[in-house]
This record gives sequence, structure tokens and C-alpha cells, in this order.
Amino acid sequence: MTAIEPWQTAEIAGPKRASVIIKPEVADAMIQRAKHPVLIIGHLAAAIDLDDHKMIDYLLLLAQKGHIPIIGTGNTNRELQKRGYREGGIMPAVDIGQRLCDPTWKGLDGKEPYDLAIFAGLPYYMEWTILSGLKHFAPHIKTMTLDNTYQPHAHWSFANISVKDWLENLKAIIENLEG
Amino acid sequence: MLSIYTTLNPGVERLTGKGINIRFKELQSDIGFIKDLELSIGKLSEERWSEPQGPTPFPSIIALRNWDRQLLKRYPPFYLPFCDLCCLCTYGKCDLTGTKRGACGITIGAQQSRMVLLATCIGAATHVSHAHELVECAIRKYGAGFPLDPGGLAVEVEAPVIRLVCGIKPEKLGDLEGVLEYLESQVTCLLSSVHTGQEGDNLDLESKVLHAGMIDQVGMEVADIAQISAFGYPKADPDAPLVDLGMATVDTTKPVILIIGHNVPPAISIVDYLAAHRLTDEVTVTGICCTAIDVTRYTANAKIIGPISWQLRYIRSGIPDVIVVDEQCIRTDALYEAEKIHAPFIATSEKNCMGLPNRTQDPADAIVRDLVSGKMPGVLILDPAKVGEVTVRVAREVAPERRKVGSLLSTKEIIELARNCTQCKQCRRACPNDLHIPESMKAATKGNTTMASDMYEVCVGCGRCEQACPQNIPIHTIIISAASRTMGEEKFRCRTGRGAIQDVEIRKVGGPLVLGEIPGVVAFVGCANYPKGGKEVAEMCVEFAKRRYIVCTSGCSAISIGMYRDEEGKTPYEQYPGSFDAGGIVNVGSCVANAHIAGAAIKIASIFARRNLRGNYEEIADYVYNRVGAVGVAWGAMSQKAAAIASGFWRLGIPVVVGPHGTKYRRMLLGRADRDEDWYVHDRRTGNEVYVGPVPEHLFFSAETKEEAMVMIAKLCMRPNDTGKGRAIKLTHYIDLHKRLLGTIPDDIYRYVRTMTDVPITEKEEITRQLHAHDWVENTIPDPTLLLWQIKKQEQ
Repeated sequence: MTAIEPWQTAEIAGPKRASVIIKPEVADAMIQRAKHPVLIIGHLAAAIDLDDHKMIDYLLLLAQKGHIPIIGTGNTNRELQKRGYREGGIMPAVDIGQRLCDPTWKGLDGKEPYDLAIFAGLPYYMEWTILSGLKHFAPHIKTMTLDNTYQPHAHWSFANISVKDWLENLKAIIENLEG
Repeated sequence: MLSIYTTLNPGVERLTGKGINIRFKELQSDIGFIKDLELSIGKLSEERWSEPQGPTPFPSIIALRNWDRQLLKRYPPFYLPFCDLCCLCTYGKCDLTGTKRGACGITIGAQQSRMVLLATCIGAATHVSHAHELVECAIRKYGAGFPLDPGGLAVEVEAPVIRLVCGIKPEKLGDLEGVLEYLESQVTCLLSSVHTGQEGDNLDLESKVLHAGMIDQVGMEVADIAQISAFGYPKADPDAPLVDLGMATVDTTKPVILIIGHNVPPAISIVDYLAAHRLTDEVTVTGICCTAIDVTRYTANAKIIGPISWQLRYIRSGIPDVIVVDEQCIRTDALYEAEKIHAPFIATSEKNCMGLPNRTQDPADAIVRDLVSGKMPGVLILDPAKVGEVTVRVAREVAPERRKVGSLLSTKEIIELARNCTQCKQCRRACPNDLHIPESMKAATKGNTTMASDMYEVCVGCGRCEQACPQNIPIHTIIISAASRTMGEEKFRCRTGRGAIQDVEIRKVGGPLVLGEIPGVVAFVGCANYPKGGKEVAEMCVEFAKRRYIVCTSGCSAISIGMYRDEEGKTPYEQYPGSFDAGGIVNVGSCVANAHIAGAAIKIASIFARRNLRGNYEEIADYVYNRVGAVGVAWGAMSQKAAAIASGFWRLGIPVVVGPHGTKYRRMLLGRADRDEDWYVHDRRTGNEVYVGPVPEHLFFSAETKEEAMVMIAKLCMRPNDTGKGRAIKLTHYIDLHKRLLGTIPDDIYRYVRTMTDVPITEKEEITRQLHAHDWVENTIPDPTLLLWQIKKQEQ
């Protein structure tokens, strides 16, 4: 398997494709540079096993360490609530995509426009199409995905990496944010 | 001028069904000298309908552009480019990334709309062409004067969509020919707009998408009222028969015929041949997809096997002895699959010849001989009557020899094949739903086929996994073989298509629906490209029926809904009545029967509100948009036809929710709830502009999960016209679903409360707190319209 190609084989994107997050420091730098990042978590995050936890548990930790607001799409909010996280915004994925295309939108918290949108846990093809919309129509915002599959329409994405490598990377990103 | 009409009048009747164009370079008449006079009359007919003609009979592709712009202003496209390139002409490929324009000057946004228009034109053309064949077939059999009768005494407004769009009242089969002529001209004109160097404005392209959808809706109505009338289907019957559904309903000791597709005449000929030769009890007729529904509307003896995604699994089961295909949604490798199980194959449509020799003119004996002997694996026969004879005779002759041998595998064979898996993951990467196929293969090598079996329910049956496998492992066959017990238990009951909604039903529910006391009409329609199997559609359907919404369904969704049982072993069709009323589950029929769902909304305006339908599209769409809380749900929408069907609902002001795969339709039509300025309507009584909140919030929305969809469906049923009581009922459902499925009370309730009577009693305290937090002020409930001329009409 070649790593730097779309996870779904036929989803061939255009000439502009995501840079690969080759080490966790890349993701950390993006997060730390952002003035107003947002973490958009899809419903699959609560279904994917990572070690003894679910992916959503690591994402929650990342959000807390990085002081990143969360927006839950699909029915993710229920899983966030179960874990005691009550500050999450709720918005369907296509709605958040549409809003992010508006450079004047001040986010769910009404503070200022988001400048970094981090996606994780959406169905691959849905994340693919929404990131495509943002690539073309939201030049004012950077996008990053923390799934372990390559998303060519993001600015930054992991390659197609194993669960083991993925977990190591996520842990390192969280650890670096703590530092 | 008068003398011109007088002179022409004797010719009017002969011109029925044709357009007329008169042009005078110079004309000297009693009233003066007239230069360059041109008269275009799109339609002339023998007139017996007293309703005054509205402003847009037989509308051109721009006649409703202003209405479209109103909708598109509220719901601008949010583009989700499926491809950054355009490859439609030899300038290309052109890179349209970001703000780049192609060689023809097109932008990425316009290109997406252009592709949507192309898709909807394909969909509309398919339905119109289907309708054309049905009308021709019916006229050949019964004559052009055969009366249209889709509902007997229960239906007076026999063709609400045709009346609305075309401004005519069709009474006999021949009247539909003129309608078809109009539809075909529109599809051609729309398709030409897609050409390089034609329409380049994204919103004009979107307006044309809406026109294509409306044309599609008319085409569907033509098709269904023609076949109901000609073939004697149930006529608006809430108690349409319950029929067998599922593979386990088939008696495999008998010869079995499988029919796949949408265009029913060949299937009907098979049924007729069996009846004429007293063979009905000796041969089983089974179907997949819409032909299956339509043949059961003709005879309750036929059996529905499953939705479109059941093709590969049923063929590979080896049960069918002969496979007949007509048109639409048929796997293009169906012949190849049929050959693998040695089932003779018969194609029956000019649109789907499958490379087979045309044997239409040959004697039946010769065709039967060649198919039975295996000299030919398949044939093309374009005469439905001959299809009937050949199919039955071949089925009876090959069945004893075939002995239902398919390609299902034993557990031992599964284990052997799975051992060839190298865990390369190409199968998973090809799977639309990212199913964990490699893991299931690994488990199978150890004798555990449960993982493979579990995938049966959620597999969409595309077979891409097998195409991707470098080891040529028959993955789909492994999945279905592992699930052979499940297949053997597929025994359900499905209510067959009832067709139109009765006028009396509309009278009964019109008031409660428009006032909001019946919380809405939810229509589950479309294909079977589900993200997590058909069970989700059934669950959503039952949830809304329990909540006393009116639930409609059609096509593959109607089939999927029938494939699940409650604790008592009953399918939703056995639990809920088939009446168009609160708590009913109304299967209208096949894809083309979707027109009856739109027709019901239109009839509410006509029968309940007494608005004129005739050629009066804009006013009626405005009425439906502002008053009728209807939502379409195409959870597994896959095809171009589904795109066209959705577009028809949008133009009528009815929102559509699709599943997550629906984002591949390249754009959504989303409102901005946070922009108050977008949500004003005119009050017809006063002319004042009134804020009504984001109702309905979206026109085309893709939900990520079933839970998100259900919350959104409840929300999208709200309309500006809801009474306080009605809005409170709708809000109760929205809040309850939100709390149960998303874990919290919604934070946007304040946008939907206009007066305190809107507030559900059960949540009053919490909602009041929310209203205070947002500086909410009480508002009026208007008589809503988006159309300025509706106010003028009142003043006059």
C-alpha cells in the first residue's frame, strides 16, 4: 500500500493536495500558531478503538490541553456528554462547512472567525467532500485532519498510517501541547 | 385580430396536443396596420375545464426563474466539489481549484451546478422516456381514448402535477402525448444549457436544475397515472394488498423468473402469459427494484426480493432460472453474473441492449431453443408479448436442469479462499462504507465467519471489493455465503403501491397539516446506497409513524422498510395503516409514484385551500413552502433520478434530507439560521414584512447519521403558517428527539418561538430561560408569502 494517496482508492482529487503530517510537531505547530482553532468531531470517533480507549477520548484530551473548542457533528454530542464534556457545540457537518466558508462568521462562541479547522471521526467520504468545499471556498482558513487516512483536500493530513503509528502520533501531539 | 382567431378556430381541435406558431411580417386589419406580429400558443385543446388559466402553463426554462431565485437566495449552494477538474471538452482537463477559471471561463462553483444540472437532466430524461414508453404501450393496447383513472371515485384531481405545471386537465391516455412532447422539449433545452460556452452563472444553472426537477415530477406523474389506468393497479387504495417480500418467500421447487428494473410491461406480459396458460401456480415471478413493486401492483402473486442492492446476492444464490431486465438501475454486469449461474438472460429495452442479438422478429420457438440449449446466453427481445412467452417457456425448460445451482460457498470453501488474503486492504479501500473486510477474512481463516456474515446487512452490494482484490477472492460471495442463514430467513410482508392520495384524505388532513397539528409529512424515498444498511430507514420510518406524522414511502426505500420486524414479528406495513393520515405508512409505489407525494402537497393547496392549480406554479409552490410541513428523505440516494426527484421537491418548496453519501451530489442548499435578515416573509393580509425564523432551515441537507437526520427532519417540518398549537407540537417533537438522540435540549429554540403559545408546556421553564437569554420579543404569525404579487392580489 502506498501511503500518500487517498484512502478510498477512487477518490482522486485535483492538483492541490494536502501536505503530510510526517511528525507530530507539525500538527502542534499548526495548533499553536492558530488564534482561534476549532475541533470538529464526527460520530465515528466514538466507535474507533485506540488502545483501551476510543478515539474520542484522545480528541477530548487534545482539545482540553490545546484549549480548542469542540463542535460535535452527527450524534457525537451524546458521547461527549457521556464523558462529562458539556461545552461542546452541536452542528451538522455540512452546516459547519458552509459557515466556515464565510470569512465574517465569528464561530459558535461568537468570538472571532476560526482560522484552523481540525477534523476527525467523520465518514471518510463526507470529510473528503467537506474539506473539498473548504479548499475551494474558504481560503481564509487552514484545515487539518487527525484521522489515520490521507485526506487530499485538507491542508494537512496524516498519510494512511497504521493504528499503532496513529496512536503514537496522537499521544505525542497531546504531550507536546502540554509542554 | 379577431378575424385571425375566428379563421383558426375550426382547426383547433385537430391541433390538439400540438403547439402552434403564427407570424405576420405585416398585417392590415380593421384595427390598423400591424407589423412583425408573432403569436405562440404552446398548447391547444378541446376545453372542458372551467378553472381559469394561471400565468405559467407549460413554463419555459426561465418562466419560473424569479421563484427559483427567491429560494436560492435563502438557500445558496454550499459546494462540495467531487472533482477539482472539468473534463467535458478537449480544452481540458481544466484545473478549477479555488478562484481559477477553466479555458471556457467557468468557475468551480458553476461547474458543480453544471454537473448537478447534467445529473438532473439524465434523471428527468430517464423518467420522461420511461413515461413515454408506458403511454405508447398503453395506447397500443387500449387506444388513445382510454380514460385516465388513477383513483376511481376517490380522486377528482387526477393529475395535480400536470394540472399545475401544464395547465391542462388530462382525461385520456392520448392527452398525455402532448404533455410528453412538452417534457421532451424541456429536457433537450435544459441539456443544451450544459454545453461548453452556454450557461455559466451558477444560480442560473441552479434554476435550471429546479426546472429539470419539475419536469421530472411531471414525467413521473404521466408514467404512474398511465400505468395505474391501463394495468388496473390499486387506485388510491389505503388497503392495497400486502405482498411477499424476501428471498425466503420463494418456492425453490418451482421454476423462478427474476425481473430487474423499472419499466413493467415485459413483467406484465410474463404474468399474463402464465395466467393465460394456467401456469400461475407453477412458476414464480420475482422482482428486484421498482419493477418488483409495479408487478405486485398488477398481481399480488408476484414476490419482491429486495431493493437494488439485492441483485448480486440473489443472482449468486442461484435461485432465479431466467433473468429478465428492462431499464434503469440494473447492474451492467447482470448478464455476466447470469452466465455464471447458467441462467438464460433476456434484455427487453432499447435503452439497455447489453450487447445481445436482437431476436424480436424471430419465432418464439427458435429463441427458446437457443436459450435452453445454451447456444446463446442471452437475447434482446423488444416485444413485451414475446418476452412473456419466451421467458416462461425457457424457465420451465431450464429449471429442472439447473437445480438452482448458484455460486454460494460452504464454510470450508470460505476458509480456503480467505487464506489467500494478504491483508493488503485494497477491498476495504474500495468499499463505499469502509467495511472491515480484511479483518473478516483474517477471522474466516480461523473458521470464524461471523464478521463476514455481519457485513451482509450493511453491504450495499456493489461488488467493488472483488474488483479491487489482487488475489481474485470472491469477497461478496463470501459475505453472502457466510450470511446464508440470514438470507434463508428473509420472509416479510410489504404493502404494495397504492398510487395516488384520495381527495377525501386530503380534505381530512389538510387543515391539521397546514395548521401544524399533524406535525408533518415525511417521505422516505429513493435508492439503497445506505451508510449502515436499510434498517436505519425502517427505524426512522417507524419513529415518525409512532409520533403521528404522515409517513410516505416509495421505491427501494419502501422495500427496505418492509424488511424489518418488531418484537411481535410484524413489519411496519403490518403495524401501521396505509392511509394518508397521522400515523399511517403510505407506500405510494415505485419511483415514478413519487409524483403522488408531491401531488398530495399540491392537492392540499387545491382541495383544502381552494387555490387555483391551473398553470399556477409559483403561487402553489409558495403555498406549499410556507404551509405544508413536508420533508423528503432519500437516505440511500444514489442515482441521477434521485437527484431529479429531489430537485422537483425543492422547486415546490419541500426540503430533502439525504444520507452522508449524498454530499457526493456536489452541493447542498443550506439556509443560514443565524442571519435574521434571510427569514422575513410578506404578510398577505397587511403587506408587512414579518420575521418568521428559519423555517424550513434547509432545502437540501446531508445528515451524517440517522440520529442527526431524525432531529433535522422534525425541525424541517416547521413552517411560517403553523398555528401556536401546531408549532408547539412540532417543537415538542424536535426537542424530544434532540434530547434523546443528541443528549441536550436544542439551543436554537428561541428562533422558532413567535409567541408564547408556541412554547410546549413540558419544557416551558427551560425555553423561557432561553428566550430571555436571547432578548426574545413576541412576534406576529403572518399569512405568509414570498411573493409580492400575492399581496397585491389581496388588495385588489
